[in-house]
Amino acid sequence: MTAKKLVLPRLGFWWVAAGILLIALGVIAAVRFTKGLGAVTNLSDPFPWGLWIGFDVLCGVGLAAGGFAIAAAVYVFHLEDFKPILRPTILTAFLGYALVIVALIFDLGKPWNIWHPIVMWNPHSVMFEVGWCVMLYTTVLFLEFLPAVLERFRLAKPLRILAKASPFLVILGVILSTLHQSSLGSLFLILPHKVHPLWYSPLLPVLFFVSAVAAGLAMTVVESWFSRRAFGRPIETALLARLSRTSVVVLALYLALRLRDLIARQALPTLFPLSLASWLFLAELILGVVVPMVALATAWVRSSPRRLAIFQGMVVLGFILNRLNVSITAVESATGYRYLPAIPEFLVTMGLVALGMLGFCAACKYFNVFPETQWREEEKWRTAPAASLAIDG
Amino acid sequence: MARGMLIDVTKCVGCGACVEACQQANGQPPHEARHFDQDTFTYLLDRGNDVYVRRLCMHCLNPACASACPIGALRKTAEGPVTYDPQRCMGCRYCMTACPFGVPTYEWFSPAPRVRKCEMCARRPQGPACAEACPTGATQAGFRDQLVAEAQRRIQEDPKTYYPYIYGLREAGGTSVLYIGPAEPEALGLPTHVGFEPLPQLTWRALKHVPDVVVFGGVLLSGFWWLTKRKEEVARHEGAHKSKEVNHDR
Repeated sequence: MTAKKLVLPRLGFWWVAAGILLIALGVIAAVRFTKGLGAVTNLSDPFPWGLWIGFDVLCGVGLAAGGFAIAAAVYVFHLEDFKPILRPTILTAFLGYALVIVALIFDLGKPWNIWHPIVMWNPHSVMFEVGWCVMLYTTVLFLEFLPAVLERFRLAKPLRILAKASPFLVILGVILSTLHQSSLGSLFLILPHKVHPLWYSPLLPVLFFVSAVAAGLAMTVVESWFSRRAFGRPIETALLARLSRTSVVVLALYLALRLRDLIARQALPTLFPLSLASWLFLAELILGVVVPMVALATAWVRSSPRRLAIFQGMVVLGFILNRLNVSITAVESATGYRYLPAIPEFLVTMGLVALGMLGFCAACKYFNVFPETQWREEEKWRTAPAASLAIDG
Repeated sequence: MARGMLIDVTKCVGCGACVEACQQANGQPPHEARHFDQDTFTYLLDRGNDVYVRRLCMHCLNPACASACPIGALRKTAEGPVTYDPQRCMGCRYCMTACPFGVPTYEWFSPAPRVRKCEMCARRPQGPACAEACPTGATQAGFRDQLVAEAQRRIQEDPKTYYPYIYGLREAGGTSVLYIGPAEPEALGLPTHVGFEPLPQLTWRALKHVPDVVVFGGVLLSGFWWLTKRKEEVARHEGAHKSKEVNHDR
């Protein structure tokens, strides 16, 4: 309780910021749906995909990857000690997917036809696969989070049914996620002449999948850190450290795949002459992969939740940079067309992030996102330090 | 028999009758056409020295746009044209991203936008308006096979006038619209980066693995679930506490 009181003033600023962003979201939506996409975006015939696809969709889906990774660890591999971070991770993933759908409603020219892939099939289209994955996996995530809602209303019978179905749901979720993460990379396979060779690769689906796993794990750690700051929750340092060891392996695998692919395609010489694209490529790979991989491999970094959050934060930022590079930088430098998002595009993106955070706070308030039963013991001896951290943070 | 069009650049005098006819046939306001946009499905590239190269949708034999469209709003018809159905379209604009020739455009300032591109007058009983309007025979409509033979004949009979290359015969896996002219395609301003492979193949190489991921992923994951569950049961049976070693050994 003490922690909650002390946190409230900090939230004040964020409430105001979120309010302003939500109003902006409404105004931009009104303009967009009466005057067209051109009125609020810098999209054009040669550059039909922009920030909403590059960030809101590609990053939104990727950062939700923690959901399937942790669910698989707990339910498929029976690593039950990860259970305390399962629900917040599932919630993040569900909200991530819900926001991807909202972003699509903004971005699609005729969003009222969004259901068409259900009845009009073209299995040769990657976008068809993407559409189905979004629909099915959002449903799975909803069902995975549903127990928290059912508990709140004490509905025992559906809870029992869901508990029985959960291994099946989780396995289905892992398969759908694998398909979805990789298919977002496959989207770019059909435009070899429009994506710079530093990023175009037949391996794009594999690279997208592996980097999404790294980003999902990183996001889980970063989000635990923020949850503690916002809700005064004790942090599972040991768990996050173990998760980060896995991150090191995943990042190493990603780096090996990426370098192997770049060398095999003889793409590295295209770094020169050094251009903005080359620097963004280097930043993505060195700051987003190599540095955090080395850092997370050290016990010194893994022993402090703060340091974990910083270096996993770098993984998240590197991931975001990668997706923006593939969808914008690589296309810009291969086609010669320029694209800089318009201000409303930025505002919608920020508004959606705000909406996600509000959703997370609301869900935490009404549902049992951090299962108390598993925490109580630890909380007893951690409440005091947690509360003091919430003040200085 | 699939239809197509042959553009003979050497015969074009740049009168613009085709552009005018196109705008009229598609109900667009008459205007000067410089590049593809929502009201421009064709335009003339002025390459200097009285060389005019008309651009329009290539109507690929294996079109990237139709393969990219998740709901089949764009379709390659058996008759030849690649057509568009605005009723189906949801506006993802993947077709625009996928097209190697930069053809599809969008109604950016409409609340119910459509993708716009040449449909080779698929719904016009008399065939393509541009070919009909052309006074010099620079654009000729017909069956693709016959047009290829005709192009070969012209090149053979007049090797001084023609550069010996039929653009569209193999580009992007072949297109229904073909070009012959006085110089190599690059000099005519035609896109030369597209390669000869049908682009949908690049996607299919990844997409064909989807059933494998579902089947083997399902078996593998269910297997792991069952195996690790067994370990737990065994551990419980042996009276061990929820043993961490058992869980951690992988």
